[in-house]
Amino acid sequence: MSASRASSATPRLTAGWATVAAKELADHLLSVRFFVLLLVLGAAAIIPLYFAAERLRSLASEVSGAQAVFLALFTIGPEGVGFLRVDRFVAIAAPLLGIGFAFDAVNGERSEGTLPRLLSQPIHRDDVINGKFAAGLAVICIVLVAVVLAIAGFGLARLGIVPAGSEIVRLIAWLGITIVYVALWLAFGTLLSVVIRRAATSALAGLGVWLFVAIPFFGPLLLSALLGIFLRPVTGEETLGALGLQETILRLLPSTLYQEASLVLLNPSVTSVSTPTTIDQLIQARQQIPSLLSLDQSLLLVWPHLVSLVALTAACFGLAYVRFMRQEVRA
Amino acid sequence: MSPVKRKGALRRRETAPAAGAPSAPPPIRTLGLTKEYGDLVAVDALDLEVHAGEIFGLLGQNGAGKTTTILMLLGLTEPTYGEARVVGLDPERDPLGVKRRVGYLPDAVGFYGGLTGRENLRYTTRLNGLRGPEGESRIADVLEQVRLTDRADDRVDTYSRGMKQRLGIADALVKDPDVLILDEPTTAIDPIGVVEILDLLRSLVAERGMAILLSSHLLNQVQNVCDRVGIFAAGRLIGIGTVPQLARRFGDDAAHVAVGFGGLEEREATDRVAAALAALPGVSEVVPPGAGHHEWRLGVEPVERVPDVLAGALAMAARDGLRLVSIREVVPSLDDIYRRAVAEAGVAGEAPRRAVA
Repeated sequence: MSASRASSATPRLTAGWATVAAKELADHLLSVRFFVLLLVLGAAAIIPLYFAAERLRSLASEVSGAQAVFLALFTIGPEGVGFLRVDRFVAIAAPLLGIGFAFDAVNGERSEGTLPRLLSQPIHRDDVINGKFAAGLAVICIVLVAVVLAIAGFGLARLGIVPAGSEIVRLIAWLGITIVYVALWLAFGTLLSVVIRRAATSALAGLGVWLFVAIPFFGPLLLSALLGIFLRPVTGEETLGALGLQETILRLLPSTLYQEASLVLLNPSVTSVSTPTTIDQLIQARQQIPSLLSLDQSLLLVWPHLVSLVALTAACFGLAYVRFMRQEVRA
Repeated sequence: MSPVKRKGALRRRETAPAAGAPSAPPPIRTLGLTKEYGDLVAVDALDLEVHAGEIFGLLGQNGAGKTTTILMLLGLTEPTYGEARVVGLDPERDPLGVKRRVGYLPDAVGFYGGLTGRENLRYTTRLNGLRGPEGESRIADVLEQVRLTDRADDRVDTYSRGMKQRLGIADALVKDPDVLILDEPTTAIDPIGVVEILDLLRSLVAERGMAILLSSHLLNQVQNVCDRVGIFAAGRLIGIGTVPQLARRFGDDAAHVAVGFGGLEEREATDRVAAALAALPGVSEVVPPGAGHHEWRLGVEPVERVPDVLAGALAMAARDGLRLVSIREVVPSLDDIYRRAVAEAGVAGEAPRRAVA
């Protein structure tokens, strides 16, 4: 055993956070919530896919030779039902993944009484929260990549749609920004688990925020109703102004950022993410000749969105980190 | 059998500095250690030293500051003033170095219920950088020591409170520490389990020269296992020493000796013995045995005469041809000492001790 003492005195090969992450990852993958969330997201992928496949078949003649047929797998659903699309479904369900894997990260250890024991091991305190975040991120990546690959595989095998090179890159970019978006919710869940002492309360708080931020029926509709009441737009200019204000406010929400970015990345024909703010701009937009954005232009369009999402994630995680480092070990 | 051999080698290695090198830093030393939470002083200027090869008991009621002290020793909370040195290291500056060499059993220890006992310990060994067969044999060793081997592969959810406590001790031992800090190690354990655990601690000290700091509010349980105790009340250490020392310090200036004689049936013989005992130098009071036992209880004043009284009683037994069945100094219970100490500290504050009526 003297060898072990010697080896523990020298810098170890495996960092503390990696050990924590490995244990947390194993826990996640064997947990009930992993299967539940996999089912939810799987349903979120398969149900719209079913409708998308139907429509793609009937539209095949029209869209053949047109742009981005492969990506249409992700962006079209049954006629008249807007939200039954893979991208919308993922936008709604993915935050649950983030909250689901983080809401009890720290307060769970606290209530089980394992936190003092864990912190009395020779690891830095931030190894605990870093390891947990890394494990959550890994699970999210696994789930999202699996779902996207399943959809793509379905498209290839059953519908015989072969993606173009740029479509693959767009898909990877979309996957990337989706992971960042879920990471934001993961960081938010971690923050809740640090600040709120009871796991059940922090789960409820997370779901409450999710309801108003990620579900379009709540936050955005409520906001537009409120703006309508207070601004009472009459003229066209006023209506556009109110819309612009609404957009500005909504853009503070990460869900809006994500939805816009997702739209642009999956749909090359989207050339703008803002509504026109004057009548002239509106006319201009109407007269615009429909065109496809090249990949680099689409990426340029969503670059601010990506940066904002990453910044929000960093801010959430940073806050959780600082609060955790300053917390007393005892409850 | 190789792990056993290795352990033997290790023990020799670790006992050596404790016995041979007086210059080695004491396992635990604090100087003016203070922790304030706002207006509340949880720990007030604590000076404490725990030596290698001893079990030190930190005794006090709930909320007396025991756990706060322990957390400061581990670098898990920062002292407001003062400093601590654990195995020669500053827990504030080098918490990892301290935690590498200190095994800690937290108050109300918890485990991951979905994992087995062995898996929980494996996580601890990995966090300590111990992997592979070496780690596994460590785990098997400590599970054996706390007698959990046959339940090791059951989920911790199915363990009783006492089993979790024993697993906690295994968890503290698995990193092969030099210092063991146990916060309330005997709560929630049945009386037989307590004896087993205290025996285990004793053997760890004897075999490995480990230093053990344990805190408890169950005074009588740990009275017999601690080499020295510190009495803690309202954040202050109001008494420190061996139990007999504390008994004298906080006692009513009298120590007690119990002497038992067999075969004293006649009244006459009893009276003669009573007179002889009362005549021994240092004896202030003689209480004859009550119904059902043979022990005479002797009050000794001043307390320094206890050895004289013991020797005198022995000599008397030999001279008078009495059948001596027992002779011992009566150690008062820690509960009594504690009550007196707290009362005294409450009355006299920092002032030197005063007799308490």
